[in-house]
Amino acid sequence: MKAKHQRLTLATLALVALIGASLLAAYALQDQASYFYTPSDIVEKNPEVGQAIRLGGMVGAGSIQRAADGVTVEFLVHDGTAEQKVTYTGITPDLFVEGSGVVADGRLSADGTFVAETLLAKHDENYIPRELEGIDMTAGQHKSETLIQ
Amino acid sequence: MIAETGLIALWLAAALALLQFALCTIGLVKGRDEFFAAIRPIAIAQGVLVTISFLILVWLFIRSDMSVKLVVMNSVAVKPLIYKISGTWGNHEGSMLLWVAILGIAGAGIGLFERTLKQRTLVTTLAAQAFISVGFYAYLLIASNPFERIFPVPADGQGLNPLLQDVGLALHPPTLYIGYVGLSIAFSFAVGAMINRDVGPDFAKAMRPWVLGAWVFLTLGITAGSYWAYYELGWGGWWFWDPVENASLMPWLAATALLHSVNVLATRDGLRAWTLMLAVVAFSMSMIGTFLVRSGVLTSVHAFAVDPTRGGFILALLAIYIGGAMAVFALRVGTVKEGSQFEPVSREGALVANNLLLSAILGIVFIGTLYPLFVEGVSGDMISVGAPYFNLATGPIALILVAIMAAGPLLRWRRDKAKALLNRISIPIFITAAALFGLVLFTTSMSTLSLLGLALAAGIAVASFAPLWKRNLRRTPMHTYGMIIAHFGVAVALVGMASESSFTEEKLVAASPGDEVIVNNWKVNFLAIEPIAGPNWTALEARVTAQYGDGAIHQIEPQNRMFPAAQTQTSEAALLTRWNGQLYVVLGDSDEQGRWQLRIWWKPFVTLIWYGGVLIALGGLLAMIGRLRRAVRQKRQREYAEALI
Repeated sequence: MKAKHQRLTLATLALVALIGASLLAAYALQDQASYFYTPSDIVEKNPEVGQAIRLGGMVGAGSIQRAADGVTVEFLVHDGTAEQKVTYTGITPDLFVEGSGVVADGRLSADGTFVAETLLAKHDENYIPRELEGIDMTAGQHKSETLIQ
Repeated sequence: MIAETGLIALWLAAALALLQFALCTIGLVKGRDEFFAAIRPIAIAQGVLVTISFLILVWLFIRSDMSVKLVVMNSVAVKPLIYKISGTWGNHEGSMLLWVAILGIAGAGIGLFERTLKQRTLVTTLAAQAFISVGFYAYLLIASNPFERIFPVPADGQGLNPLLQDVGLALHPPTLYIGYVGLSIAFSFAVGAMINRDVGPDFAKAMRPWVLGAWVFLTLGITAGSYWAYYELGWGGWWFWDPVENASLMPWLAATALLHSVNVLATRDGLRAWTLMLAVVAFSMSMIGTFLVRSGVLTSVHAFAVDPTRGGFILALLAIYIGGAMAVFALRVGTVKEGSQFEPVSREGALVANNLLLSAILGIVFIGTLYPLFVEGVSGDMISVGAPYFNLATGPIALILVAIMAAGPLLRWRRDKAKALLNRISIPIFITAAALFGLVLFTTSMSTLSLLGLALAAGIAVASFAPLWKRNLRRTPMHTYGMIIAHFGVAVALVGMASESSFTEEKLVAASPGDEVIVNNWKVNFLAIEPIAGPNWTALEARVTAQYGDGAIHQIEPQNRMFPAAQTQTSEAALLTRWNGQLYVVLGDSDEQGRWQLRIWWKPFVTLIWYGGVLIALGGLLAMIGRLRRAVRQKRQREYAEALI
């Protein structure tokens, strides 16, 4: 192989690897990226059953119900206009309480219930799930800022 | 006064960095070689000053000096000493100061220890290093002053995020940062070599120990971070593909590629331009990682501050440094002479494959990490890209990569025969095939990826030792042992990962005191719940006993902790480690009937993931020591030969 050819071959290989990786990434993204929905988005856009989505909103007051098995909870998530029924089996996050913000990863089931696989609650006074920043949170006061001013 | 001293030290260090850059540039451009004598002492003094500044901040945290805003915001007087110290970098300003301090120490390290680089290349390298430092000093002094005072002085601080109150925080960020920022040395070396047209084996040999050093710390930092997330979050997972984790993985992937390609440059004078490119990309990934974490574009527990001016500042620095280095690369790549030739089936060929596959993985992680930001910026839609994407897209490539890893060290440089290679790795191939056959036969419901991973790991474990075949073990160089141990570590980690994902058993129950739960061979008895108090928290603690088969009965205590200072709860998982895995118990909430949620995992061989990581780092360390010792020995021999003449 001539000197020029070797460099050309290597450059071509690198390009092929790069394009291959991008294609693979694009394919996987299409399949696996999950969109963020509020309960009103679900009403509006009507996502397919079984599609991976992220649901965010506030836990409805008085809506948390524990099932008899002791490990499943049912609750409503609302965003002021619409509501969505959610079930989750597992240990709920520490600050998962009625009236606080929550982000759930999961899928809609055929009966319209959202089955959550993971739950993220508003973690502490400094941490709000990114998607909930736009939504008005009753409990979302920043203690730190008030103290400094 | 102490805080002001720290600030003055920081200003002085910044001034020295500016002076260092100016002297280097003038000296190089005007050919004033007499300036060069001053460069090393300035670089060292700069490193000392910024270290003093950082230590002063640590001292302020230890003393709980509540007149300093940063201490008030992130510390509290009643807190164990170790968390006061580690709290120094458990916040935005402090962690940036640590970042800059390591940058300064890296420059001082070059000034102190680098003896093989040509003078002009060394001076340019230190100029580049100073140029990077100046930008980050400016960032600290203008946008993130850690020594800012507060008035009136409050009675006490607000405490540290309870999730961060753990020995993990004491170890993980400093190790990771040394790795991140240590890569700046490779970056500056590359800039120095490109500007002075000094790319060749000697340059590669000078750069190699620095790359290895940074890579060892990066590997340890990621391993420690993974274990920390595993036991502290209580979610039972060891890698979440969180953007912040990816931010540390991307420089590691680039550095891993770099430390393989630098060997081709050092040994065979090949892959010149590519190695320079990787050196630039590796530190660029460190800076991008810093931007992602520090700018607040990703809000998570790691993003301590959300402040757009800071984000803009770091973004501008990124553009200057990465853009500048890429521009130098584009201008000079034409003058970098073609390296020496090799056939596709050769050690070089395998290393090229390693580099391409690592780069492909890097690209996939990069796209997945930034895609949500891109989509949100363009359409306003919010999406999340999680484990399913990353596992699907990187898993198969990673498997091909480790398969090549088994073959690469058995190939000769320059030219080899495919048939000879097949002979050499016939035993590992047989073992892989046998393992695959056995697993298909005796296990059910394993994912394809784990199945192949486990089978490959068995073959690699053997193949990694194959380079020792028929060699004199005492005369085998230390860096070869380093490679063997690192590659073996990959096999070990792979077994842990595949085993964890395939054989984990999980039970989620609501248990009353006195209940027994069976998980795999474990009998787990829930005895009682008791309140306890720690130094700055109170907790509900479950008294649980666990027995494996007919073995000894162990007591474990998973907790739910309440931190009154931060009004936060954390869950402390209880871990029980056996040689063949870990029992992982998390305590949840109680219900009206007095039952408590318990989540119990049995994770066979999960610890191998982190043992593997430690082995990989150990291999890197051995390689580095071996290379340095050999360099010293060769220098002595040369001097001796010259003395004889």
